[in-house]
Amino acid sequence: MRRRVILIGLLMLLVGLTIWITNLEWIKEGVYKPFTWGDIMSATISHLEMVVIAELIAISIGVPLGILVTRPGLRRLATPVVGGVGVGQTIPSLAVIAIMAPLLGFGLNSAIVALFIYGLLPIVRNSYAGINNIDSAIVEAARGMGMTRGQIARKIELPLALPVIMTGIRISTVITVGTAELAVLVGGKGLGLITLTGVFSMQPLTILQGAAPTAALAITLGFILERIENSMTSRGLKVKAAMA
Amino acid sequence: MMIKLDLVTKVYPDGTEAVKEVSFEVEAGELCVLLGPSGCGKTTTMKMINRLIPITGGKIYINGGDSTKMNENELRRNIGYAIQDIGLFPHMTVGQNIGTVPSLKGWPKAERNKRAEELLELVGMNSGEFIDKYPSELSGGQCQRVGVARALGADPPILLMDEPFGAIDPITRVRLQDEFLKIQQDIKKTIIFVTHDIYEAIKMGDKVALMKEGQLVQYDTPANLLYRPKNEFVEDFVGADRALKGLQLIRVKEVMTSSLPTVKADEKAEAARERMEQEGIDWLVVVNDDGKFLGWVGKAELGKGELVKEVMNSSAITVTVNTVLNEALSLMLSSGANNLPVVSKDNRLQGVLSFDIIRKALTEVSQRRQSE
Ligand SMILES: Nc1ncnc2c1ncn2[C@@H]1O[C@H](COP(=O)(O)OP(=O)(O)O)[C@@H](O)[C@H]1O
Ligand SMILES: [Mg+2]
Repeated sequence: MRRRVILIGLLMLLVGLTIWITNLEWIKEGVYKPFTWGDIMSATISHLEMVVIAELIAISIGVPLGILVTRPGLRRLATPVVGGVGVGQTIPSLAVIAIMAPLLGFGLNSAIVALFIYGLLPIVRNSYAGINNIDSAIVEAARGMGMTRGQIARKIELPLALPVIMTGIRISTVITVGTAELAVLVGGKGLGLITLTGVFSMQPLTILQGAAPTAALAITLGFILERIENSMTSRGLKVKAAMA
Repeated sequence: MMIKLDLVTKVYPDGTEAVKEVSFEVEAGELCVLLGPSGCGKTTTMKMINRLIPITGGKIYINGGDSTKMNENELRRNIGYAIQDIGLFPHMTVGQNIGTVPSLKGWPKAERNKRAEELLELVGMNSGEFIDKYPSELSGGQCQRVGVARALGADPPILLMDEPFGAIDPITRVRLQDEFLKIQQDIKKTIIFVTHDIYEAIKMGDKVALMKEGQLVQYDTPANLLYRPKNEFVEDFVGADRALKGLQLIRVKEVMTSSLPTVKADEKAEAARERMEQEGIDWLVVVNDDGKFLGWVGKAELGKGELVKEVMNSSAITVTVNTVLNEALSLMLSSGANNLPVVSKDNRLQGVLSFDIIRKALTEVSQRRQSE
């Protein structure tokens, strides 16, 4: 409850800051073309677009990949896969994005591929851990009672791993909102355009015009995903969390 | 024959020979304990019965059929399974947990709920209070009870239990053992019960299979295991000496049953039969008019004559209230009698001592000593 109040307060502060700066008269009289409300809105929307597309790809590849390497025959692959995906994140985000331009050329696609690679790790890692950390007695009991493999996956493993997987998706999304600031460097769009303009023109207020909505976006998405995560988690698992 | 193991062998892929040519049979309604030190192959043996572990040699027959020819999930749905770590599903309510197998078998929801309520009451839990709780809201003992209830979910004829009371405090464990024995008297399941605790084995088992390093050393009744150990390993493992010493400390009067149905020697055999039926037993103590002990009469012998005294077995083997239990026990074993009359100096009947009573005393003594 208290957390929610702080989050909403922070959100209002960021939005307020953006509104205040955008409405300042003198900024419009500066050397550089100032960003208008329309600019900020459309940048926010394309930012969100990139993030959503990159995340959807990361989820649709990362979740199955993380789960697959927990399966009996494929367990050997767990270390190379989780480790290999991890390598993506040890490289600085700027480098990952920069590498994409020579590989895929300038444009939105390069940006999205870079974001997807960078967002993959938390999803794969949490999907793997979510399934792998289930108490083996639970799975054994399920087998012993005559559940088929599919039934165990659907009725036991997925519901138990879901909160952990959702956390991975949330972390990945929040990170990607930040990383997407750099997408503009390889021809992407989004709020990075505003922030980086501010950086290169050394206009702190312009930087804030891009940075504040980015932070607001991260907070909002994080909050929404947390609510979804919560509604998908069995009450039995929450009681435990409350007691632990 | 409900369960039959025939030269069952398990060699794990890494070469470990966990079970070596083990053969034994468990009759319907019997509780068979697999006993032995840690690592001797109890769990492996048990899990081969419901095929959680594939067998590498020999055969297991369930109700006469070769278990490897059955559908493994069907097989498991008809064999209740309870383990030490319980493995309750934390995201499901107690009711849903108990309804797992019924749901796999396609029972309608109302029926599953009714069954869950029944089973909760059976294991001594208030169904209204607990059915919608989650496992994380239960105590350890309550989880164990729910685990047993879940194993009984679809009323399977066979139960496999791997140290089901292993992870709880000694006091609760004794209570759960007692309760489970009481339940078993009603439900009469064929049970394989794994434990490494000799006292639990003596207390729970109709039969005990003692294992060592993958081999079956002795398969016998608890009494024979204690007092007719096949070799030194058995003797050491069951600690017969220690157990007997414990019994020396108890006198008959502390444990005997004092109210028991009797019949007079000159009553009609028919009267004896009626009394047996009323009491639900198949033998009676015979006394004379003064209440002095004369002998026994069994149901099977009733038809052989008109009057009780014509068909009774007169017996001179008796104990007194001050006999110590280990002497009473050796009398029982040498005479083959499962019950001994307790009489006063002038041969007046005061009670009866059964083998079950001694067995119970034995486990109590041992458990008391263990906790000291
Ligand atoms: N999956 C396995 N692979 C190899 N060896 C195993 C495996 N499971 C158990 N064992 C070995 O088999 C033997 C019997 O184990 P187990 O049946 O669990 O014994 P118990 O239940 O009597 O303690 C032990 O030596 C154990 O180390
Ligand atoms: Mg074991």
